[in-house]
Amino acid sequence: MNAFKLWYHKLGSPPYFYLFAGYIRPWLWGIALLLAAVGLYGGLVLAPPDYQQGDAFRIIFVHVPAAWMSLFIYGVMAVSAFIAVIWRPKMAEVLAMESAPIGAAFTLIALITGSLWGKPTWGTYWTWDARLTSELVLLFIYLGVIGLYHAFEDPRQGARAASFLAMVGAVNLPIVHYSVVWWNTLHQGTTVRYFGPSSIAPSMLWPLLVMTIAAKFYYGASLMGRSRVALLSLERGKDWVRAEVAGAPAGG
Amino acid sequence: MGRFLAMGGYAAYVWPAYAVFFLVLGADVLATALRRRRVLRELAGRMARQAARRQPDVSP
Repeated sequence: MNAFKLWYHKLGSPPYFYLFAGYIRPWLWGIALLLAAVGLYGGLVLAPPDYQQGDAFRIIFVHVPAAWMSLFIYGVMAVSAFIAVIWRPKMAEVLAMESAPIGAAFTLIALITGSLWGKPTWGTYWTWDARLTSELVLLFIYLGVIGLYHAFEDPRQGARAASFLAMVGAVNLPIVHYSVVWWNTLHQGTTVRYFGPSSIAPSMLWPLLVMTIAAKFYYGASLMGRSRVALLSLERGKDWVRAEVAGAPAGG
Repeated sequence: MGRFLAMGGYAAYVWPAYAVFFLVLGADVLATALRRRRVLRELAGRMARQAARRQPDVSP
């Protein structure tokens, strides 16, 4: 077995994952905060006002990263849930279940910031448009996954049931993504493209991308922190948890 | 600075959007920290009770 495969298998072991997560979490936090500071400066100070929307467009730097994260985290959760249902490793269950509240948080942010952006540009806080409605459905699916997980006495049984729901709910992902193409909506289409030129000014694009990467690192940091707590709780009674509880301050 | 805060007249939309972004993520961080404290306290309590059961008080 090569070194990477060995390391990957070790990560499946709760005590090893707990240590690893505790080690990388401060780094993820540091990078997230640093990138957020740079992105905010670029977005709020350096980028010029939009020629049509004035300064209202600056909501983009929190709205779009949050909206992208709401889909990205769901993807990670659905893949972990799939692995959890098929092969039942405990770590996949933990990562899927601890991703759900973070994804729900980003979905909520996307909905509220979008609403605050809609008022000055569209003249309304809310409209039952395909993009907005499918994003709201995404929030409800996240809440359903979280609720189902906590509805069981046995957390492993709860994780299994919630993983099924997470997998089924994944059908909503392409609907959210393509809603602006499939339906005639008030929400604007894509202006940032992986292939071909983006139809957004570079001075606005780079802070947006930096904020997006910051959000990804935040997700990593939050997921590591949440998974550590979940492991302590799930593995209670095991020797490594007893040692950790005996020696640990309540922080970190 | 005043001009920056005014956001070209859109301050009432731009700043609340940024506040929501940081408040919701802050709540996520706080929830995890509180949960960690609760779990550690719970587990420490369990361990103390188990130790007490195994080693009953031997004072006269």
